[in-house]
Amino acid sequence: MTESTSLQKKRAAWRIRIEPHLNEPPPWYPVLVSIGALIIALILGGILILVAGGDPIRSYQHIAKAAFGNVGVLSDTIVKATPILLAALACSVAFRMKLWNIGAEGQFIMGAFGASAIILTPILPAETPRWIFIPVMMMAGMAAGAVWGFIPGYLKAKFNVNEIISTLMLNYVAIAWINFWIFGVWTEGGFQMTAKFPENSWLPRLLDYAETFPVFRGLTTHFGLVIGILAAIVLWLIVYRSRWGYEIRLIGDNPHAAQYAGINIMRNTIWVMMLSGALAGLGGMSEVTGVVHRLQTSPVAAGYGFTGIIVAWLAKLNPLVIILVSILFGGLILAGREIQPSGVPKMIQGIILVCLIASDFLLRYRISIERGEE
Amino acid sequence: MNTSKTAPDPSLVVEMRGIVKRFPGVLANDHVDFELRHGEIHGLLGENGAGKSTLMNVLAGMYRQEAGIILVNGEPKNFSSPRDAINFGIGMVHQHFMLVPSQTVTENVLLGLDDPRFFLRLPDYDLKIAELGERFGLKVDPRAKIWQLSVGEQQRVEILKMLYRGVDVLIMDEPTAVLAPQEIEGLFVTLRAMVAQGKSVIFISHKLQEVSAIADRVTVLRRGVVTAAGVASKGVSRQELARLMVGRDVIFAVDKKPCQPGEIVLDVRDVHADNDKGLPALRGLSLNVRAGEIVGLAGVAGNGQSELSQVISGMRECKQGKVTLGGDTVSNRTTLFGIQHGMAYVPEDRTHVGSAPNLSITDNVIMKKYRKAPISNRGLLDMKVAAKLANELKQAYDIVVPNVSTPVRLLSGGNLQRVILAREISGLPSFMVAVQPTRGLDVGAIEGVHRLLLSQREAGAAVLLVSEELEELLSLSDRVYVIYEGKIMGEVAIGGEVPDENLVETIGQMMTGTPLEQIRKEGVASHD
Ligand SMILES: Nc1ncnc2c1ncn2[C@@H]1O[C@H](COP(=O)(O)OP(=O)(O)OP(=O)(O)O)[C@@H](O)[C@H]1O
Ligand SMILES: [Mg+2]
Repeated sequence: MTESTSLQKKRAAWRIRIEPHLNEPPPWYPVLVSIGALIIALILGGILILVAGGDPIRSYQHIAKAAFGNVGVLSDTIVKATPILLAALACSVAFRMKLWNIGAEGQFIMGAFGASAIILTPILPAETPRWIFIPVMMMAGMAAGAVWGFIPGYLKAKFNVNEIISTLMLNYVAIAWINFWIFGVWTEGGFQMTAKFPENSWLPRLLDYAETFPVFRGLTTHFGLVIGILAAIVLWLIVYRSRWGYEIRLIGDNPHAAQYAGINIMRNTIWVMMLSGALAGLGGMSEVTGVVHRLQTSPVAAGYGFTGIIVAWLAKLNPLVIILVSILFGGLILAGREIQPSGVPKMIQGIILVCLIASDFLLRYRISIERGEE
Repeated sequence: MNTSKTAPDPSLVVEMRGIVKRFPGVLANDHVDFELRHGEIHGLLGENGAGKSTLMNVLAGMYRQEAGIILVNGEPKNFSSPRDAINFGIGMVHQHFMLVPSQTVTENVLLGLDDPRFFLRLPDYDLKIAELGERFGLKVDPRAKIWQLSVGEQQRVEILKMLYRGVDVLIMDEPTAVLAPQEIEGLFVTLRAMVAQGKSVIFISHKLQEVSAIADRVTVLRRGVVTAAGVASKGVSRQELARLMVGRDVIFAVDKKPCQPGEIVLDVRDVHADNDKGLPALRGLSLNVRAGEIVGLAGVAGNGQSELSQVISGMRECKQGKVTLGGDTVSNRTTLFGIQHGMAYVPEDRTHVGSAPNLSITDNVIMKKYRKAPISNRGLLDMKVAAKLANELKQAYDIVVPNVSTPVRLLSGGNLQRVILAREISGLPSFMVAVQPTRGLDVGAIEGVHRLLLSQREAGAAVLLVSEELEELLSLSDRVYVIYEGKIMGEVAIGGEVPDENLVETIGQMMTGTPLEQIRKEGVASHD
């Protein structure tokens, strides 16, 4: 008895208590918390830079300059953001239905493969005009991604196979698959890459118009950005304004209620996984025809599908918010490349991520520190 | 006001003074005073959305009040979490339980406590908990896993959890809504044992006869304001309580026109089905419902009523036999088929089946209409039309919320039920199966639902009403079937007049498993 009371006394000094939020937070609260998290992340990063003997203000200036400082780097940031955007859109629609598709990476790779196959098989001759090439490759990329989404979707719907595992595994299959084609069939003289695509299959870039608009000189922002933004808008309309999107939201919120409302969950599982795969595939197509211009493993399988998971989550699955978050991430990745030696942007990227994810906790729980009585 | 200057009354264990709690657009508690004496059962009444749960959540530390103070044993206390409340001796049993299904009763009771810290000596605790249960008449096996328990038993575990934490004040939010009649009696025994041992109980209910039976005093809330504060329950009539709750006279008797049944709409023939655990729940059940009549299905909960409604609506496999709706087979078809053929279904489980908690009221009311014009327009949804519909239903069905974009998870129990009823009835169904449609509703709302069901009948719809309230069945139905262990024990017609004693007696016997023929035979035999 006495033992337990003394124990209590010792513990009663300061206590941190974590409890679920009971009152509905007002709508501005999540925004405020996210901004707060960002600021805290920057401060923490600054402290670390200081400890490491650097000047935080200058480092941040440097990073900001490297990512958003002038039209040139801004354009590069956008180039980095484009594949992330499409991959994040892909994840968001699946997550909306609580389908944990972590295979956007594989679907992205397959999309790149599908688009490349049009050129390399060749399905269309090299001299095909651009306005035919691009739509056909978009279709092919989406179709290949959709197939990669269909497989886990079908397995989930028919045999209740856990989609987390199947989509994860299919990522590795996709890499092995393109490696086979790159090394074996389409290899460029034994190198680990295919031949360069003909220029009329490339997505138009701003620098293509530098003759008429001199400001565009050297800007590599390509048509994929337009595709991505259009995809985000269309996805927003699908999710919030269409019959299908209503079904997706209903299933995601309460599958029993969806069944009660007469919605076919199995069919939707397959369709949503295919849509998700198609969006990721479109990302792969955009990357391979807009940036890489040949099929090659490392720049295509660069983890965009995984970054997309985080971006979708941080954007609370809202397609329009995903655009903004993707650009932020594109900037951080770019800054990471630009001033690589210091490794600072990578670290800041990590800190921001941890802070944003931790702030999600704040949205759901209330943390209070108080002095224990008695 | 100068509330804090009044001297504390030693007979009071809890005193709430001037409590104000606001939600966006609603003043849920408007300067509410509430007093609880030592050793009393205090009934808390009020219509849906009156603010009862809110007030009690404040007392249990779940919400923090915006104004007002709480005194426990005469001392002002600050509540900032349920844990605080429990430390001050106040615990609450919520309507939806918070138990871990895969763990035993003992483990659930101990969950979240600091003691035992590392080593669970479960058998010792099993014993302790069994003793505690014994003391308060709470029969439950400490070693049983939660999922094996009935709803009534789970409730006992929730009460045990609170008693184990040593609370002196137990708040029960609509405890009887989930219980079968025998279980209610058991709960009352427990509550009386608790007050006999010096504890106090706050009892929220919509059922006036229950409150009169169990409570010593009653407090009534209406729209966040106290309309009767701690009046002795012996002194007030049911009529008076009802008026205090809804602010007008409530007509308990329903005004029912003579029945003019038409064709058979729903025909259930020799249906067999399993329950969730794979055990037979329906064993050769047959019944029918004609156009323009309300057919009641009486029975103690868990005798296959839920499974029957699921088979009819296409949500559960029919192993044998079939169900037809207006001549078309609906069993083992998709749920959509039933919906498209004019079937409405008010499910028993509002939150898990009948609604999508995080979606708005608008999204919830279009659940069965979003496929068709005017809401659907070439695959797109016209959200303006949908919002207009939602607003109309909000008006017509008296759904109390600031606006229709509120997620339904924030609605009070009664308002959620109205949303579901509004959705189902507004589809102009030719057949409706309603499972416990008035559960958790206040008297005024029940009257409203009864009127809605009767208007369906007058409009020529066939209605199958599943209920555990015999009174409700007898006043609304034209015929009543009695179900027992998945079979129909018999069918009785209800006259327009007051049902006689015999009928109630007969139905009661059928509910406990005596088939009608046998009752008739024995009845005849005893008269000889
Ligand atoms: N978390 C919340 N956020 C917003 N509004 C709320 C919240 N909780 C309750 N309300 C609103 O406050 C009012 C009072 O609700 P409360 O749950 O206390 O009613 P009640 O008396 O318990 O009703 P019922 O008998 O239907 O359970 C209702 O209008 C309800 O919609
Ligand atoms: Mg309530």
